[in-house]
Amino acid sequence: MEHYNMNLTLKVWKQKNSKEKGNFETYQVNDISSEMSFLEMFDVLNERLIKEGKEPIAFDHDCREGICGSCSMHINGKAHGPWEKNTTCQLHMRAFKDGDTIVVEPWRARAFPVIKDLVVDRSAFDRIIQAGGYISVNTGNAVDANAIPINKKDADHSFMAAACIGCGACVAACKNGSAMLFVSAKVSQLALLPQGAPEKRSRVLDMVAQMDKEGFGNCTNTYACEAECPKGISVDNIARMNREYLSAGISSE
Amino acid sequence: MLTNLKLQLLHMTWKHFFTSSIGKKLIMGLTGLFLILFLIVHCGLNAMIYFNDSGETFNHWAHFMGSNLIIRVMEIGLFAGILLHIIQGLMLWVQNSRARPVNYAMNRAPANGKWYSRSMGLLGTLILLFLVMHIYHFWTPSRLGGIAGIHALQETRLGAEYNGQEVHDLYAEMLVVFQNNLWVVIVYVLGVIALFWHLLHGFQSAFQTFGINHKRYTPIIKGLGVAYSVLICLLFASMPVSMYLRWIK
Repeated sequence: MEHYNMNLTLKVWKQKNSKEKGNFETYQVNDISSEMSFLEMFDVLNERLIKEGKEPIAFDHDCREGICGSCSMHINGKAHGPWEKNTTCQLHMRAFKDGDTIVVEPWRARAFPVIKDLVVDRSAFDRIIQAGGYISVNTGNAVDANAIPINKKDADHSFMAAACIGCGACVAACKNGSAMLFVSAKVSQLALLPQGAPEKRSRVLDMVAQMDKEGFGNCTNTYACEAECPKGISVDNIARMNREYLSAGISSE
Repeated sequence: MLTNLKLQLLHMTWKHFFTSSIGKKLIMGLTGLFLILFLIVHCGLNAMIYFNDSGETFNHWAHFMGSNLIIRVMEIGLFAGILLHIIQGLMLWVQNSRARPVNYAMNRAPANGKWYSRSMGLLGTLILLFLVMHIYHFWTPSRLGGIAGIHALQETRLGAEYNGQEVHDLYAEMLVVFQNNLWVVIVYVLGVIALFWHLLHGFQSAFQTFGINHKRYTPIIKGLGVAYSVLICLLFASMPVSMYLRWIK
C-alpha cells in the first residue's frame, strides 16, 4: 500500500466528568501518515495540545495489539471504526482520505458512564465476571493438561467464545445497550467444558442477574453486536446462554 | 450455620425468572409464536371467501368460530396473549431506551443490521393502531351487535328471505367495510405491510430467544419464517383488495 499524508478534521467528544454535560470539539490535524494507527494520530494531537498548554483528550488504551480490550472509541458511527473485526488500536489511518472529517465518541450506555472524554467506566463487566465467570479448581499440583478428554468441536467453540476481549463494543453497537454478547461469550466458554460443569446452573443465573442489575438493555436479536465485535464473537453464544438460562431457571429451586 | 448455608444456595422464584432480561424475551417469543399460530387459523378461515359463493362457506365457519364454546374460551386466551405481547413490548421499549440516555451524534446502524429488526416497536405500534380499527370493524359488531349498513345490505342481498332478523353475516360486514371505502382498503394493506416486516424479524427471533440456533435447523427456521410472512401477508392483503375490485362478491 502506498504511503501518503493527510489533513483531517476531528470532532471529538469532550466531557469533564460523569456529572457534567459533554460536547463536541473540533480539531485540525495535519500531516498524518497513512501508516499511523488511529491511537498514534491521537498521540500526535495530544502532544500538540500539551505543548499549546491545552487539555489533552483522555482515551483508554493499553496493549495496542488488539488483545487487551482497553481501546473503546466509537468512530464515524461504528464501534472501533470502519474496519470489520478490528479494534481501534489496530485501525490504521489508511482507512481515511485526505480532507476527511472523523467523528469520535465514547461508548454510549447507561451501564458505561463517561469518566472523562472518551473514557468510560466498564467495571460493570468486571462485576458480571465476579458474579459467576469462574470455575472451581482444586489446590495442589497442576493437573496434567489433557487429563480430561474434551470433544474437539466443544473445545473449538469454547475457544472462539474465549476470544472475547471484553471491550464493550457489543454494548456500544446495540441499539438497546445490551450486554448479551459479552455475557453469553463468558458463559459459553465455561459451559462448553467439563471444568465448567460444577457451576453450570448458578453461573448463568448469577451472571444474568448481575447484567440486569447493571442497567444494560434487553437483547432484541438485531445482531448489531456480532457485526461490530472486533473478535467476531457469534450470536450462537447468545442462543446457548438463553438455553442455559432457561434450563437452569426451570430446574433450580 | 445451616441458615448461613441456605443463604448461599441458589434461590430462583418465578418472578425472578420472568422479570429477568431473558425471561422477558421468553414471554415476547412465546406470545409471539402463539399469535403466529393464531394468524394461520385466522388467515385460513378468511380465505374461505375465495370460494366466491356469496360468503356461504365463509359464514359457515365464521358462525362456528363465533358460537363454539371452546373457540370462545380460546378467544380469551388470544386477547390475553395480545395484551401480554403489547405490555411486555412496551416495557422492553422503555427499559431499552433508558439503557442509552445519551444518543450517538453519528450512528451507522444500517451497517450492522436490518432496519426492521431495529424497528419492532414502531412496527408493533402501527399494527396495534390497525388492530383497533380492525376490531371495531369486525370483532365488535360480530360479537356485540351490528354496525350501520349491515341490515340494509342484508336486505338487498337476501331480498325476501331477510325479515329484519339479526343474521350472523360476517361476510356482509366485510363487503360493507371494503367495497366502498378505498381509504379503508389502503389502511388495511398498510397494516398488513407493517405486519409483514414485524413477522419477518419476529418469527426467527423467537427461536433464537428459545435458545435454538443450530447449523442445520436455523436455516430451515429462517426459510419457514420468510415463507410464512410472505404467504400470510399476501393472502391477508389480497382480501380487502379483491372485495374492493369486486373480484369477490
